[in-house]
Amino acid sequence: MTFVDLYLLPTLLTVGKILLLVVPLLIGVAYLTYAERKVIAGMQLRKGPNRVGPFGLLQPLADGAKLFMKETIIPSGASPIVFLLAPIITFSMAMIAWAVIPVSEGWVLADINVGILYLFAVSSLEVYGVIMSGWASNSRYPFLGALRSAAQMVSYEVSIGFVLVTVLLCVGSLNLTDIVLAQGENMWFVIPLFPMFIVFFISALAELNRAPFDLPEGEAELVGGYFTEYSAMTFALFFLGEYANMIMMSGFMTVLFLGGWLPIIDIAPFNMIPGVIWFLLKVCLLLFCMLWVRATFPRFRYDQLMRLGWKVFLPFSLFYVVLVSGVLVYMDWLPEIG
Amino acid sequence: MNSIRQFAWGILLWELVSGMWLTLRYFFKPKVTLNYPYEKGPLSPRFRGEHALRRYPNGEERCIACKLCEAICPAQAITIESEERADGSRRTTRYDIDMTKCIYCGLCEEACPVDAIVEGPNFEFSTETREELFYDKEKLLANGERWESHLAQRLSDDAPYR
Repeated sequence: MTFVDLYLLPTLLTVGKILLLVVPLLIGVAYLTYAERKVIAGMQLRKGPNRVGPFGLLQPLADGAKLFMKETIIPSGASPIVFLLAPIITFSMAMIAWAVIPVSEGWVLADINVGILYLFAVSSLEVYGVIMSGWASNSRYPFLGALRSAAQMVSYEVSIGFVLVTVLLCVGSLNLTDIVLAQGENMWFVIPLFPMFIVFFISALAELNRAPFDLPEGEAELVGGYFTEYSAMTFALFFLGEYANMIMMSGFMTVLFLGGWLPIIDIAPFNMIPGVIWFLLKVCLLLFCMLWVRATFPRFRYDQLMRLGWKVFLPFSLFYVVLVSGVLVYMDWLPEIG
Repeated sequence: MNSIRQFAWGILLWELVSGMWLTLRYFFKPKVTLNYPYEKGPLSPRFRGEHALRRYPNGEERCIACKLCEAICPAQAITIESEERADGSRRTTRYDIDMTKCIYCGLCEEACPVDAIVEGPNFEFSTETREELFYDKEKLLANGERWESHLAQRLSDDAPYR
């Protein structure tokens, strides 16, 4: 009896919650690939997938089934264990990051006090999947792609860190729920910290290896980048991880700057809509912006990318941290710690 | 002054914003994609597709086995054998086109003095085996019957420019 009460039920409850989060997330990932193809097609005056099912809505399922049926090829020169471990790490890192993101008031798997730190750590760990895949493939293109990717992710993490610091200064807490609630009391941080929002958005694109910073997989010079040697489900795991990360970063930006689950204005028709819907709408908006950017801009050169990261974003975000803290101290707006 | 303006535009990411505005406008424009098997683009009367052998309206084969097409074919895809028929006219006993050799240059059509061999508007004749692409006389005449209305229309459309 005690065993059931103390261990079994809470475990089942947690697993249930995880499934409740992960299953819609995976469906969202599948449809994000569909949305990407549709949005980019739209901007290039094409129609995009429209054959499989109504409006091509079953296309992601068909793609998934195709990848599932294919043969997983392990190159003879590769180190098989690390080779197979790399996509698993990428994918699971993308999934566990979701544990701390509050989807609505109280709808969070782990309401820990260092939520931001956790997210930051997990997104740094994602580099390991990339480096391992590049090294274990034992091939030139993946190796160079992995090196590029690692350097890029590390560089942009610095400016992301400073952006997080500005937000923390305004909130006085590392808990993501507290951050959203603080925005409810004052205003969404996107208004006072707009330049930081832009810096974060662009750095997130670089961190996610998205266009225009998708150098690690620049097909013209590196074929497929670090997943050149991957096929079938191993490739699919990288792909899922990458897109789940896109959604995660959009969720993170929503929490930090766009007021999480809060409605635009706290009056009758808007605050009737449940918080999840608001959260989803904001995430979708940011995801659309990511796809929109991909359809618009050509890829950066590698030295330009590094220049932007170290010589523009880093000093700029550092300057803004000083500015924000100065303003907070001068106006006596510093939040209470706790 | 100019450099200040440049700096300001740079800070506001003006170029990026205007680029994104352009793509956003394109997003709402009508699409140019043809929904292919259901929608098809226009074809010129000179379009060189699948071959066909035509007949006169009274049902007589046009081809007189002059072998000009065979001679001019740069890919040597055409093979013709002929015999005298019972009524004394010269007709083909064999007219083969190897569609895997054919380069669709249209010279056979140009060479033909009686408009017998023509290239029609059909370009959807892919097959699953190679053998099906070795066309014989029967197949070519069947094509002629199937596409005759189109073929006659195309020839008359193109006639003023010949």
